[in-house]
Amino acid sequence: MARYILRRVLLALPALFGLVLLTFVLTRVIPGDPAATLAGDSATPAQIADIRARYGLDRPIWEQALVHVKQVLTGDLGSSIFSGRPVIEEIGFRLPATLELTFFALFLATAIGIPLGVVAALNHNGPVDQLVRLISVGGLAIASFWLALMLQLVFAMEWDVLPLRGRVEVELGTPPLRTGFLLIDSLLAGRLDQFRDALWHLVLPAVTLCLPGLASIARFTRSGMLEMLQKDFVLYARAAGYGRFRLYAIYVLRNAVTVTVTQIGLLFGALISGAVAVEAIYDWPGLGTYAVQAILSADYKALLAVTLVVGVVYAAVNVLVDVVQALVDPRVAEDIR
Amino acid sequence: MSIMGEGRPVLSVENLAVHIRTDAGVARILDDVTFAVPRGGALGVVGESGCGKSTLLRAILGILPRGATVPKGAVLFEDRDILTDRAASARGRIGFIPQDPYLSLNPVFRAGDQFLEIMRRHAPGSRRDHRDTLVELFRAVQLPDPGGALAKYPHQFSGGQRQRLLIAAALACEPALVVADEPTTALDVTTQREILGLLRQLTTERGLSLLFVTHDFGVLAAVCDQVAVLYAGRVAETGPTRAVLDDPQHPYARMLLACHPDRAVDLLGIPGTVPAATAQPPGCRFHPRCPASRADCAGVPPPLLPLAAGRAVACPYHAEAMLG
Ligand SMILES: Nc1ncnc2c1ncn2[C@@H]1O[C@H](COP(=O)(O)OP(=O)(O)O)[C@@H](O)[C@H]1O
Ligand SMILES: [Mg+2]
Repeated sequence: MARYILRRVLLALPALFGLVLLTFVLTRVIPGDPAATLAGDSATPAQIADIRARYGLDRPIWEQALVHVKQVLTGDLGSSIFSGRPVIEEIGFRLPATLELTFFALFLATAIGIPLGVVAALNHNGPVDQLVRLISVGGLAIASFWLALMLQLVFAMEWDVLPLRGRVEVELGTPPLRTGFLLIDSLLAGRLDQFRDALWHLVLPAVTLCLPGLASIARFTRSGMLEMLQKDFVLYARAAGYGRFRLYAIYVLRNAVTVTVTQIGLLFGALISGAVAVEAIYDWPGLGTYAVQAILSADYKALLAVTLVVGVVYAAVNVLVDVVQALVDPRVAEDIR
Repeated sequence: MSIMGEGRPVLSVENLAVHIRTDAGVARILDDVTFAVPRGGALGVVGESGCGKSTLLRAILGILPRGATVPKGAVLFEDRDILTDRAASARGRIGFIPQDPYLSLNPVFRAGDQFLEIMRRHAPGSRRDHRDTLVELFRAVQLPDPGGALAKYPHQFSGGQRQRLLIAAALACEPALVVADEPTTALDVTTQREILGLLRQLTTERGLSLLFVTHDFGVLAAVCDQVAVLYAGRVAETGPTRAVLDDPQHPYARMLLACHPDRAVDLLGIPGTVPAATAQPPGCRFHPRCPASRADCAGVPPPLLPLAAGRAVACPYHAEAMLG
């Protein structure tokens, strides 16, 4: 297994390398002049040219790319053109916020989507199945900004039971950051009030973010279950006298989720990109809002770092998914040995 | 006579009908099926593909498909009707050897765990006892490395080995009756012979009764002392295997054995086909193809008429038909 993980990691490296190069070229060809941004509104052309030379922006693009790759390889992601602070520092604060949001959304999508899919399959074409179908069509069709506004309107403004935006209540403060995940750090600090606060702030953004994922997980689980319920081994297990719950919730489901698990890996990419919009709406201090800000200010160093970090996270999640898949299905484990 | 067959039968199926609602209407899959498996005996149900053999077993095992109903009849197992008496359900109390050893085990669970779950629910004793029993049975079915087999996944066994596993599992809860649905059709001929020998040996040794479904007369003769010949969901003829195979009475059985002395497949060169389950002819289901049929064959379905020597035939004209 360890060798398999290593191999998967090594396989991910060329893709990440390609990502670094591609995003570099992209950031350099999109409109916006970072040197001008840096120099400020009142700068003279001479000052701008000076800055351009200092940052190497006057060199041919392939040379710039080479320098950039070399820096990345030595672990140097550079400093933000906008704030002047090391990009890695700014991201280090924001990445956990985004990960906490996306992982929580993924957790909701899985924890609700899989049982929904199972129940729908067992109720094939019955009323529950129709309801689940409605939810999954809705989940995919509803625009997240509209849903976010509705949720804010109802839960934050009308009923005032959940916070409107942000990640914490400022008066309450934050626990000392160890993992960067507030749910975990608050527990580590023994601050239940802060845990509750963090959780309450997570609910609306996570619900907004999870819905499309929940819909597709429910659909995949449902069709996986329907397929598996046709199998001879289900008939055999029933004849042999398996208990109903054991049969469907464990015996058949484990086969059905092999497909769902693959789906979750792909879904994670969608969650991260969905997080950009959701973070913007809920004012969530994560990578998404950071990336938007970087684009608006032509902060290509920040943008490059964000894409790289997201790429690494995405690759890591997919390696993880492959591992889970091997754990669920012994035939996969066999193939990789 | 041996003591076999004395006393009440372990399983008796009485006037069983099974209907399945389909898009094309109600399929009358089984109709008025009656037979009994004597205690300690082996009864074979033989018939061509599609005649309702698997459906019959599914009715007995309580795993009929969606849309299936049992408008009539009873299945008495140990003298209780397992169709109506929920507490008497046969699940776990009748050993089941399925048709396809490749598809009948869940690929993502260890063989041992799959069987231990069955035993947890249906066999007395601790998990330890169950493991010991299974390993013992794995040895009895001559599985290589009986101890190691528990921890292996289905794909790590060959087809023949999987069928041995399933035979062991069928015996694990010490059932009085084992039912087998063409357990060797998915295997090659050599393996087939070994498995049948094993099944025969184990059931005799343990005094188990066997209900065995097949379309192979050779297999039937090797394993079963009684036979019920099925045509289009009805019993055409029953009796001791040797007698029925040597001297069939029902026109269908006679024609079938004449065209195929080895296997029940279709009737070669005889006009007509097996009727669709949704469009069974009235009266005797075989009459449209029967060379000896008469006008009243299309009337009331003929009941099983008892003959000498424990035989019965569902054709009032079998004696005349014989001459023709
Ligand atoms: N779930 C089902 N729905 C509708 N028809 C079925 C179903 N299962 C079996 N049948 C029909 O019942 C008949 C008998 O099938 P089966 O019991 O599998 O026969 P056998 O095992 O003798 O080949 C066939 O005509 C088959 O098409
Ligand atoms: Mg069959």
